[in-house]
Amino acid sequence: MVMLHAHALRPEPEVLLDLWSLDELKGVRRTSDMLEIGAAEPYTGIIASPEVQLHLPALAAAAHTIGAAQIQNRGTLGGNLANASPAGDTLPVLLAYDAVVVTDRRSIAIDEFFTGYRKTALQSDELITAVRFPLGRQVTFRKVGTRAAQAISKIVMAVSRSPARIAIGSVAEVPLRARRAEAALERGDVDGAIAAVAEDIRPIDDVRSTAVYRRTVTQNVLRELLDGPHSPSTPTVPAFLPRR
Amino acid sequence: MRFTLNGRDVSCEGSGARRLLDVLREDLGATGTKEGCGEGECGACSVLIDGEVVDSCLVAVGQVEGRDVVTVEGLALEDGSLSRLQHAFIEHGAAQCGICTPGMLLAAHVLLQQSRRLTVDDVRVGLAGNLCRCTGYTKIVDAVLSCTK
Repeated sequence: MVMLHAHALRPEPEVLLDLWSLDELKGVRRTSDMLEIGAAEPYTGIIASPEVQLHLPALAAAAHTIGAAQIQNRGTLGGNLANASPAGDTLPVLLAYDAVVVTDRRSIAIDEFFTGYRKTALQSDELITAVRFPLGRQVTFRKVGTRAAQAISKIVMAVSRSPARIAIGSVAEVPLRARRAEAALERGDVDGAIAAVAEDIRPIDDVRSTAVYRRTVTQNVLRELLDGPHSPSTPTVPAFLPRR
Repeated sequence: MRFTLNGRDVSCEGSGARRLLDVLREDLGATGTKEGCGEGECGACSVLIDGEVVDSCLVAVGQVEGRDVVTVEGLALEDGSLSRLQHAFIEHGAAQCGICTPGMLLAAHVLLQQSRRLTVDDVRVGLAGNLCRCTGYTKIVDAVLSCTK
């Protein structure tokens, strides 16, 4: 993926295609059994969408933690997916919802999307057009960073109880599903899930945190999300945000 | 590339991959827009594109073709006098070194356009993408809130 970095686009492109002007890649659409969000719909629109607030409150909550207004006005699910950072804040949410990545040629289950550190199942000329979410799933979300805004996650987690999904970012080379913890949760064994999650993750020491901290906090956050009320997390959306 | 800058039609030559920030400062002389971190963390380079606040260090100039860009130079009134918000920054001591001020003003300008009934928390959330190393933020928040009355 081409990104603006250190004063220039890297890698330097021969041709630049601006996807921002393509209305087909924007918007939030509801069908009978799913919600589809355009790959280039900015987070501001996702946060303000009544459909997202109603059906995918964990996604609205995650979008609200990304950067601040300047970033939320430009950042998109398509960008978060293609960048494939293990710290991408919407990515555990997509995993917990079993989202489907729609491209110009196929649909890719989110479970099969991340193939390695910043690597995806996308072909080099493949365009993400939308992300589809099933309806009716209860997902909770929690991000831990150094401050409420403009923070890259130390750990970020999204959890569904039924079906059991425990998805975590910033604890491995990819956004991760904690399979052993999920198996324990599926049996109703909450303590077992919290014990197992420490074995599922592969955290490292880096500039933002340490492996020890991440392992401890991952277990604490999982306990909080499993012990807490079973209603979805409520995003704190300021009332003055424009409704689109 | 052609776009509107503070209400005037402007054009620039060269690659569409250049940063909007550089085109504003170097080609168009709009040096009110400052560079801080250059990676979308600090908000010093905030500008408005079609009325939405964005970091101009993260925008390729090709992306503003045909769009409406407003920088801090566009906040003053037509006769050159400062806006109410700009006066409030002066009165409240909300500007010290001044590097964050253009971005703060633009982010606050958008907030005030969205609602005149803002709480302290609304302002803090709305300005969370703009870092200030001098003021401790309180005077900035006070200045913005003074414009809601």
